[in-house]
Amino acid sequence: MNSELNTWTGVAKRLVQNSAVRFGLAVLGILLLIAALAPFLGTVDPSAMDSANINTLAGASGSFTQLDGTSLQHSFWFGADSFGRDIYSRVLYGTRVSLTIAAATALLAIGIGALLGMLAGYFRAVDAVLMRFMDGLMAIPSILLAIALIAALGPQLWTVVVAIATPEIPRVTRLVRSLVLTLREEPYVEAAKALATPPPVILFRHILPNAMAPLIVQGTFVAASAVLTEAVLSFLGLGLPADIPTWGNIMAEGRVQFSQYPGNVLFPAMFLVPTVLAINLLGDGLRDVLDPKFAKR
Amino acid sequence: MLRFLLQRLLATIPVLMVVAVVVFLILRLTPGDPAAVIAGNNATNDDIDRIREQLGLTKSVLVQFGIWMGNVLQGDFGYSYYLNKPVGQLVLQRLEPTLSLAVGTMTLSVLIAVPLGTLAAWRMGGWLDRFLSAFSVAGFSVPVFVVGYALIWLFAIKLNWFPVQGYRRIGQGVVPWLMQLVLPWCTLATIYVALIARVTRASVSEALTEDYIRTARAKGITESAVLLRHALANASVPIVTVVGIGVALLIGGVVVTETVYAIPGLGSLTVDAVLNRDFPVIQGLVLLFSVAYVLVNLLVDLSYLLLDPRIRY
Repeated sequence: MNSELNTWTGVAKRLVQNSAVRFGLAVLGILLLIAALAPFLGTVDPSAMDSANINTLAGASGSFTQLDGTSLQHSFWFGADSFGRDIYSRVLYGTRVSLTIAAATALLAIGIGALLGMLAGYFRAVDAVLMRFMDGLMAIPSILLAIALIAALGPQLWTVVVAIATPEIPRVTRLVRSLVLTLREEPYVEAAKALATPPPVILFRHILPNAMAPLIVQGTFVAASAVLTEAVLSFLGLGLPADIPTWGNIMAEGRVQFSQYPGNVLFPAMFLVPTVLAINLLGDGLRDVLDPKFAKR
Repeated sequence: MLRFLLQRLLATIPVLMVVAVVVFLILRLTPGDPAAVIAGNNATNDDIDRIREQLGLTKSVLVQFGIWMGNVLQGDFGYSYYLNKPVGQLVLQRLEPTLSLAVGTMTLSVLIAVPLGTLAAWRMGGWLDRFLSAFSVAGFSVPVFVVGYALIWLFAIKLNWFPVQGYRRIGQGVVPWLMQLVLPWCTLATIYVALIARVTRASVSEALTEDYIRTARAKGITESAVLLRHALANASVPIVTVVGIGVALLIGGVVVTETVYAIPGLGSLTVDAVLNRDFPVIQGLVLLFSVAYVLVNLLVDLSYLLLDPRIRY
């Protein structure tokens, strides 16, 4: 094997050369900056309601009364909603929620999926039962499973993450299981077994690192669909409580008066769509670079 | 053949059993108390206890599951806590709009996506191919409801070509029914078209590299016959597979689209049921949708026999 292919610097070099990866990382970098710097980008408190500014049009400026009663001069770049909240501020603060949900969902789904996949792939006794259970979970359409979980657990940040991650777990489990089934036949695993290495060490030190590339790729796709699903759940009124500024909540609130004020739906969408696009492209690029076998198909 | 059919049918039983257990458990081991919800804000503790007794919520979870499962197998999905009607009856009332939406979208998507994907594979790298790959990436990045609102804004509000929202039963006339459904169909089709077109392109382009394509061209048959009879026919198995898998996506999309267009179907029934914590309705619907998904994919498996004579089970 070419040593250049597998060293960290070699991988990093090819990642930087890939235009999809560059674009995805650039957009995500900007979003992270927006999320971190939201208070300093000309925003006001995203949940502050100013009855004097109900349905202020996009681009207008005027005085905005804050929660503590003091007023300040403010530019309503994206207008204000039907409660008099500044949409620009809500969208910027919503970036925090969306990125948190994306990252947490991906980590949770990948973590649990990897664990279950390793169990199923390595211990044949667990395999049959666990995979039948996963087949059953996969037969429930993802959004319905997420909706049912939210109905059961109630809408909070962690329940939304669990609800979006759960339908993804069977897919990750299947992926990891199939990888483990191939990797367990590798000579270095045989060698480790011959040295009486305990199974957890074999799994985490010898098998998992070799399954990382497809897992990272899968993780980006989970993150992209998490951003979309959060928006859909909020839109249906089943996501995070309506006062928390998420892109989905802003759009859900704006849909009632969509025909008069389409901006209330379109401005958050202008953030959401590029975010999902960037994460998806990043995933495509990562797959091409890290997982050339899969990319060829 | 018969043996395969039987095996395949038997294999779906454990899957459906798991679905039933999961659905039941999710909604039963929850902190919220449906009896308190039904009783309302002014109810006394006695009222809540009585309702809980009536609904069988005092029995153990295992017994409740046994009773529920037995009833479901007899076609009895229980009573809606909230609407006070049998779940089966509610589903039947709401079935027509959802079927119209789903079947129409599926037909429309296949009719658009398969020719487009085939042509894109035929002239790979051409303008159609590039447009289609851009469309697929976009299709997976825009939420269904944003597409819905964009279409309503343009075609219903600005151009006034179609009614804004609502639903007319097909019994009230085919034309009004159709007019109400055009926008929902197009909305839901975007993601489905993206999915099917992408697989069609990949599958047809692979078939086009085969030797029999060169032979067919050497025989001098028309290019359209090469594409349809030789390339597309041999590429059909992955396409049918993705149509089946896409039904899960379609079901999720139905829930959203019905909400956007105020269509009184199973999707809006699901959302209402969740908002009202109407457990029997949620259970019945999730079970029903999952069974539909499993059955569609069973049909897809069986269709391989017709599509590819080489496949013999």
